[in-house]
Amino acid sequence: MASFTAAAKFLAPVAAARSGGDSRAPPPPFPSASLRPRRKPAPSRLRTVLAVSSDVLSGNKSAPAAAAHSAVTREEALELYEDMVLGRIFEDMCAQMYYRGKMFGFVHLYNGQEAVSTGFIKQLNQADCVVSTYRDHVHALSKGVPARSVMAELFGKATGCCRGQGGSMHMFSAPHNLLGGFAFIGEGIPVATGAAFAAKYRHEVLKESGPDGLDVTLAFFGDGTCNNGQFFECLNMAQLWKLPIVFVVENNLWAIGMSHLRATSDPEIYKKGPAFGMPGVHVDGMDVLKVREVAKEAIERARRGEGPTLVECETYRFRGHSLADPDELRKPDEKSHYAARDPITALKKYIIEQNLATESELKSIEKKIDDVVEEAVEFADASPLPPRSQLLENVFSDPKGFGIGPDGKYRCEDPLFTQGTAQV
Amino acid sequence: MLGAARRQLGSAPMLGQVLRRLRPATSARAYSAAAKEMTVREALNSALDEEMSADPSVFLMGEEVGEYQGAYKITKGLLDKYGPDRVLDTPITEAGFTGIAVGAAYQGLRPVVEFMTFNFSMQAIDHIINSAAKSNYMSAGQINVPIVFRGPNGAAAGVGAQHSQCYAAWYAHVPGLKVLAPYSAEDARGLLKAAIRDPDPVVFLENELLYGESFPISAEVLDSSFSLPIGKAKVEREGKDVTIIAYSKMVGYALQAAEILSKEGISAEVINLRSIRPLDRAAINASVRKTNRLVTVEESFPQHGVGAEICMSVVEESFEYLDAPVERIAGADVPMPYAANLERMAVPQVDDIVRAAKRTCYRSVPMAATA
Repeated sequence: MASFTAAAKFLAPVAAARSGGDSRAPPPPFPSASLRPRRKPAPSRLRTVLAVSSDVLSGNKSAPAAAAHSAVTREEALELYEDMVLGRIFEDMCAQMYYRGKMFGFVHLYNGQEAVSTGFIKQLNQADCVVSTYRDHVHALSKGVPARSVMAELFGKATGCCRGQGGSMHMFSAPHNLLGGFAFIGEGIPVATGAAFAAKYRHEVLKESGPDGLDVTLAFFGDGTCNNGQFFECLNMAQLWKLPIVFVVENNLWAIGMSHLRATSDPEIYKKGPAFGMPGVHVDGMDVLKVREVAKEAIERARRGEGPTLVECETYRFRGHSLADPDELRKPDEKSHYAARDPITALKKYIIEQNLATESELKSIEKKIDDVVEEAVEFADASPLPPRSQLLENVFSDPKGFGIGPDGKYRCEDPLFTQGTAQV
Repeated sequence: MLGAARRQLGSAPMLGQVLRRLRPATSARAYSAAAKEMTVREALNSALDEEMSADPSVFLMGEEVGEYQGAYKITKGLLDKYGPDRVLDTPITEAGFTGIAVGAAYQGLRPVVEFMTFNFSMQAIDHIINSAAKSNYMSAGQINVPIVFRGPNGAAAGVGAQHSQCYAAWYAHVPGLKVLAPYSAEDARGLLKAAIRDPDPVVFLENELLYGESFPISAEVLDSSFSLPIGKAKVEREGKDVTIIAYSKMVGYALQAAEILSKEGISAEVINLRSIRPLDRAAINASVRKTNRLVTVEESFPQHGVGAEICMSVVEESFEYLDAPVERIAGADVPMPYAANLERMAVPQVDDIVRAAKRTCYRSVPMAATA
């Protein structure tokens, strides 16, 4: 827990300071010491990171402290770079396609927030889960859903990751354990908490967990959600039951047109973690390396069975709330302030300064991603629309719904059903 | 305040028992003394127990399901038997714990969520509809949600408007949900076991006033492998003059009405829907084609209700068989009043059903004469 000193701000829960009689010290759920991180906690050399809300609160416009990151290898740096560039170019293409009428409805783009998706999701395993919001395209990409599947879904095509039945705000991919984009504020948090509950249940009741510890779930949501009751309900239960989950707040300062500061009595969201007995961490969400470091620690902590963490990532969206948002309330100087802190530009600068790769190598990554996104559009465009017959499919998992089997009989009439052995 | 209201509810089973003593007609059914009997409460409890025992991925969660043994004692003994990992007492957070259960179901577990009453499911309806019912479709079949939402539904007694509502029509409106409403102990056992084994979200509407009622029960029903088909109605009593279709507690009323009608020479067929969605249109229409007359009975509000849907299924499939206008018996179109006399008027009574059945047979008497 002490290793969270890497974060700009860290609040430890105060439970330990309470009076005796509180025998909550849990035994380590994974006795193998090898599961503990070998890496020593990063020294607290990352002093003040320019925090968006505190920045806005204080009117402090000073430049961010010189970035100092724990070592990142060339391969890791390039992986992060590629993923962020993919997120950016993909979303820019979405805007084009939206204006060309290729996609429709509400389309919420992720530009500016890439460091959060990349910094967190790239630390996950395949079996770990991601639960997202309506701004979910890039989370899906980071989790490994192919760009062409996401694009085809946005085009409403049969080859989309949900065959065109989900759409922009509802990306699911079972093989990637992407458990959906949820369109309502706060709605995804309990579902994510449930996925974490299932991981713990599989470990403790079904004895199914792998040797690496618990599968971890990341719940992504925004600053606006942190005023919603489900957020508090789930912080409570996640900590109460020590669930392997990380609550990732993407605080982009604006809930559509409602400023975070106008909506929230105490705008420092990370402080709400300790109120529930879990660590609350604040991190510069425009710096992928810092996000990554916090993410690693929070995820490892969850995997070891030590419970949830609340991480507030201070970030900014470079576009309106959705492509239908005229974005008239955010001030130009605020926008330019954050535009100057573009997380992709920052990583690029770092990579070159640290001699991890050359500019032309980064260029070739950008070129490669350009091609990937172009190909995704071509694939989506050329893909067939869902056939008429698809309309009534998938309402129930039971193929025909209504408890009726493929032979047209009620499934319960199958003798295996009443023996409790039929998969119904 | 909410907490106090709920605690009050906790004592409601006793109230229910008092009421049952005041209702002599329900115990008038003639059963063989040799037949084994079981209460609906025991039926539900045993179904939960057996399904938990058969499948370790089944677990219970809800308010007071564990140490308190269930607000209505449906989960009695299960905490002791299966431990706190599988019988979870939750904080009073319907939105939170319902969503958590849905997320666990996404990951292959089989949660059974108890609402202390279905009235409280209003706080979690977003997860029942948006997170549970729609996910299989939105994910194109990648993520199914094997979950059961259960608890007492409909009017209890003397608990006022916010605790006395039937949600059958609400949930039956939603594609992706299966909605069951058991009447007897056999229904309760068979349907709950089917619901837990089902791969899709099931809303399971119990009735508080039926929990303590005993029903005869066969050895077949007591077998741990027993289950009932989802989507199939049961003909509780055969008849030839008029079809009375009801669900949950109203099935008992319909049976009482049929008994009264038989003494006056009218042979009523009583259909217990068991499943509100899917609706057994085949059974409904087969009966109406035989009797040519239809009375629907539901405890909930009349507009856009279950009765309306039954009626439409007959209009669509058997219109030319009808010899009389369809009669709908439903609760009064008002929030439930508290005063006992008003409350009685607000929910269907046996006499209402008898009168309606007679009207369909053109043997009506003016209401004033019978009231």
